Amino acid sequence: MNRRVFLQRSLASGAVALAASSGLLVPGTVLASWNKAAFDAKDMASALKGAVGSDSVEESADIKIKAPDIAENGAVVPVTVSTTIKDVKTISIFSEKNGTPLVAQFDFDSSSQPFISTRIKMGKTSNVVAVVNAGGKNYQAKKEVKVTIGGCGG
Amino acid sequence: MSISRREFIKLMGLAGAAGMLPGSAFAAKRKPIDMYEIPKFGNVCLMHMTDCHAQLNPIYFREPSMNLGVGGAYGKAPHLVGEKLLKHFAIPSNSLASHAFSYLDFDQAASQYGKVGGFAHLTSLVKRLRSERGAGQSLLLDGGDTWQGSGTSYWTRGMDMVGACNLLGVDVMTGHWEYTYKDHEVIHNVQKFKGDFVAQNVGINEDAMFDYRFADFDGYDEDSGRAFKPYVIKKMNDVRVAVIGQAFPYTPIANPQRFIPDWTFGIQDENMQAVVDDLKANEKPDLIVVISHNGMDVDLKMASRVSGIDVIFGGHTHDGMPAPTTVKNAGGKTLVTNAGSNGKFLGVMDLDVRGGKLVDYRYNLVPVFSNLLPADKEMQSYIDKVRAPYLDQLNEKLATAEETLYRRGNFNGTFDQLICDALTEVNDAQISLSPGFRWGTTVLNGQDITMDNVMDQTCITYPETYRREMSGADIKLILEDVSDNLFNPDPYYQQGGDMVRVGGLDYVCEPNKTFGKRISSMTLNDGTKIQDDKKYVVSGWATVSSKAPGRPIWDVVADYLRAKDTVKITKLNTPKLIGVKGNPGLA
Repeated sequence: MNRRVFLQRSLASGAVALAASSGLLVPGTVLASWNKAAFDAKDMASALKGAVGSDSVEESADIKIKAPDIAENGAVVPVTVSTTIKDVKTISIFSEKNGTPLVAQFDFDSSSQPFISTRIKMGKTSNVVAVVNAGGKNYQAKKEVKVTIGGCGG
Repeated sequence: MSISRREFIKLMGLAGAAGMLPGSAFAAKRKPIDMYEIPKFGNVCLMHMTDCHAQLNPIYFREPSMNLGVGGAYGKAPHLVGEKLLKHFAIPSNSLASHAFSYLDFDQAASQYGKVGGFAHLTSLVKRLRSERGAGQSLLLDGGDTWQGSGTSYWTRGMDMVGACNLLGVDVMTGHWEYTYKDHEVIHNVQKFKGDFVAQNVGINEDAMFDYRFADFDGYDEDSGRAFKPYVIKKMNDVRVAVIGQAFPYTPIANPQRFIPDWTFGIQDENMQAVVDDLKANEKPDLIVVISHNGMDVDLKMASRVSGIDVIFGGHTHDGMPAPTTVKNAGGKTLVTNAGSNGKFLGVMDLDVRGGKLVDYRYNLVPVFSNLLPADKEMQSYIDKVRAPYLDQLNEKLATAEETLYRRGNFNGTFDQLICDALTEVNDAQISLSPGFRWGTTVLNGQDITMDNVMDQTCITYPETYRREMSGADIKLILEDVSDNLFNPDPYYQQGGDMVRVGGLDYVCEPNKTFGKRISSMTLNDGTKIQDDKKYVVSGWATVSSKAPGRPIWDVVADYLRAKDTVKITKLNTPKLIGVKGNPGLA
């Protein structure tokens, strides 16, 4: 069956209600171990230290970031990160010029594939940085995303 | 100004016109009798028109005197103007071709050679080429920006052009300004269009996928998330040609997203590679071409990153390039063309395709001179019928031009100055802003300026004007933002049109600097420095993020003109440039 029908039917049949009642969707459980300090940090160095323990990061060509060159909507910029590096513990996403650079962090265990797709908010043109923490080391890749006033159809 | 064909041809002979096809064997010979004999070659003929901006009748169109290239684009096609353009493409000076491709002696040459374009004249040329090449051997591709740009296209929501293109027999098209109508209108128009509308880079937003309003549209592919078919395979006798569409990648940024809330764009060159790879693995066509609205610099970069494309037929930047640029990539090479705008040119690519490969080609970007081609009766009758209900409105004479009024150029054009002056005067503002579009027909010195001409320069689906206060800092931000759209050395970060035009304001621009550092020394017309924290009354139009509260721009400009008998530009607000001396994109 196609994706749209599946989503519609799962909502209709109360699949969400089922998930909620089994405790899968309760924010409290997740937020209990939330890294507040890292998410509140106002500069890249402190955000990095808070997120992955150190601001010493190595550039890596094995991390792929997919994001638009120019954002259609700075409020919801789609970013996809994937990597072939082994034993990934976390992938963190930063928008360097945001007031608080750390935007998202995802935890992985040995059974999950290091691939994330999400949408981030960007205030202005900035590098989007993906930092992969694996085997005790930090690796990064960057991609510049332009946030523009727009207009001038051409 | 009309002269008989015989007189015209005599003029051509006297002027030493050496034919208008600089790259061809005929360039050196004089052929004043049949300017449109384009020698046949190969077994596939791909004709390409682009960016006609709804111009159904012949017009005048002045090419730019300024088209600066920065970084890797410096001095390369398309960033060449005037003498340097002629020299690069071996076009003889003072010829029909030099008038078609460059701005040189425009005023005098335009009076001499007359108008260009017009669908009825284009139809005659296309019909002739089709019949000369033989049945099933030619295709007509349209790069888009077809449904917008004239009064009638606005009032008919683009359907006048869909009808014209159906009559002309356009086989495949892609889009940009097409998407400035509401999304349901776009779908409706595509369904009425008899050819194929292709765009590999238009997808559906995740949110909209949940309950997509056009799920029944046959171009929609749920698995890939594409809103339109990415390509079409055309069978041309025993040659199969895949035509992939590339819509203008930054449409929701350069134009209002609110008309097309469910669609997302982007260059998507990785998806382009995936489409090419899939075609090669499965359909195995003999030739793969892209009908593109990327703009030439973006096409050149995309061609270097994607392998397997034989030809990219380009548009958007309105560059009339007499010959293609060859770009090397991992798969071999790709030809990149750009076919100008406003119906002025028809690209004719004759290809020799054998054993599933492109062996050789001949390309001509043919200028369409309406005095040299007959007007196809059926098309002319269609055009007259479309315009009839609006003729009184369109023909209203507003004023007389005392100099040539045109738009094209990086920083300003005389028609733009007219629009800016209208805004400051009619709306009582200190400063005015007007978008650097590349479309808009030219009015010659001594001609009447009619409502039709004004509509050609202002006709968009978001024409409302505004008048509000902006701080000096805000104004600088706008200028910096738009200048980066033009002068970012990476073409993938460029978008939209030329620099925003200003009225009542002078400034200095250094194109080679980086973002935020190009604009300085902003002053009002009287020399008063613009201060960051001071507020100024600014009037403008074409707001993208939300609807502006004022009247449509054409009413403001028409009021301004009606109050005058003649129009001459007393001050052209154009910035002082630093760091561009010797740039071949500067006259």
